[in-house]
Amino acid sequence: MRIYPAVHYTMGGTWVDYGLMSTLPGLFIIGEANFSDHGANRLGASGLMQGLADGYFILPYTIGHYFASTKPEKIPVGHAEFKKAEEGVRQFTRRLLSINGKRSATSFHKELGRLMWENCGMARTRQSLETNLKRIPELREEFWKNVKVTGSGEELNQNLEHAGRVADFLEFAELLCLDALHREESCGGHFRVEHQTEDGEAKRDDANFAYVAAWEFKGPDKKPELHKEPLVYEEVHLATRSYK
Amino acid sequence: MNLTLKIWRQKNAASPGCLETHEARDVSPDMSFLEMLDMVNERLVAGGQEPFVFDSDCREGICGTCSLVINGVPHGSRKGTTVCQLHMRHFQDGQTITVEPWRARAFPIVKDLIVDRAAFDRIMLAGGFISVNTGNAPEANALPVSKEIADLAMDAAACIGCGACVAVCKNASAMLFVAAKVSHLNYLPQGQAEKDRRVKNMVLQMDQEGFGNCTVTGSCEAVCPKEISLDFIAKMNRDYAVAVVKGELKKSAAGGTG
Repeated sequence: MRIYPAVHYTMGGTWVDYGLMSTLPGLFIIGEANFSDHGANRLGASGLMQGLADGYFILPYTIGHYFASTKPEKIPVGHAEFKKAEEGVRQFTRRLLSINGKRSATSFHKELGRLMWENCGMARTRQSLETNLKRIPELREEFWKNVKVTGSGEELNQNLEHAGRVADFLEFAELLCLDALHREESCGGHFRVEHQTEDGEAKRDDANFAYVAAWEFKGPDKKPELHKEPLVYEEVHLATRSYK
Repeated sequence: MNLTLKIWRQKNAASPGCLETHEARDVSPDMSFLEMLDMVNERLVAGGQEPFVFDSDCREGICGTCSLVINGVPHGSRKGTTVCQLHMRHFQDGQTITVEPWRARAFPIVKDLIVDRAAFDRIMLAGGFISVNTGNAPEANALPVSKEIADLAMDAAACIGCGACVAVCKNASAMLFVAAKVSHLNYLPQGQAEKDRRVKNMVLQMDQEGFGNCTVTGSCEAVCPKEISLDFIAKMNRDYAVAVVKGELKKSAAGGTG
């Protein structure tokens, strides 16, 4: 068995409000899929804790409140937004199937994975992140010119599903690197080699980076917008934990 | 190692299927069976052919998604092992291996090696739950559970709902799955409120889904990757008999005000 840090240790997640609702009204996101409850690192069993806390203590109140205060209208499939979304998916599928290139989605997935592992792994540097920020758009461009997806969009097609995921990963991986480059400090699971103490411990910069970076997606190939959510502590104060 | 694979190919439930022969070259004995299939698929895609679809998710033997009949045995012939944890070192160089989907009327084929196991979900919906109030967590010692009961319930809860029991059974019976799910909750104090309803509704749903009857041959227990015991079937039969004898509660005419 190969042992390596899983996606869990990227520490991020989808932005939600205090009621755990995302930017889409009515779409609640709980557990590890949201960004909310953990800090710069994940400590033992915090994934389980978050699932329990969100599901047991928060959602029973917030979803109930949402239903009580919102009257859901029946949205017919003839609705303009529905048609737009359906057409979008149709075009996306057609595009993937029509490229008929030379490389499988798996080979792009593996190459991207290796880039992330080498350059945006547990220890990252400005140089390694900049390498990725150059390589990932190139790989994405190649994907959209040279991916090979077999079968059709009319039936179960795992190859097509996988290609769709890899297309997403190719966008998201770039954001991960961009965020890691932006955060000029070492903090929890984010260890920037340039920012360490003399004995090799993570060196935080609370004066400049004591905030959550919420990146707003502006569309493919557009720069995401950074929203800073300051971390304000009233009772507990920021301190450095030493495991030594 | 080099292997000859005979893999089931079927476009959908309405079309007939057949075994297709493929050569798998340079297979590492360290690969899992699913990694070997991934490699075969990757080569098919490279050659412009459609890959075989098969179900998998965690690949750690705990999600119950993988579902292949290998050389006639669901999950292959290693005891207490799911396909994802079956490694190629248990096969021999030059061997011919047949790979088929689960076969049961209640599990219609979706495509190739994937079957639709929604029948299991509907059985769970019929009674595989307990009713609790949300809000503050109850005091941990409010419901004492003895060690014996906790152990038995845990053994039943080990069922991952993969459906190997159905796939191996000559009657395509789902009794081991349903028995594990009924027993898990019927043993525990939290499950007592719905105990009789649970067993009756889940058994009724199981019958409606078209699973066969149990003739206690025990092949399900033999292939179960979580080694669920036949004893749970006896427990379920007992709970079912008690529930039938007790009959329905008389319905209150007025009901509460809610």
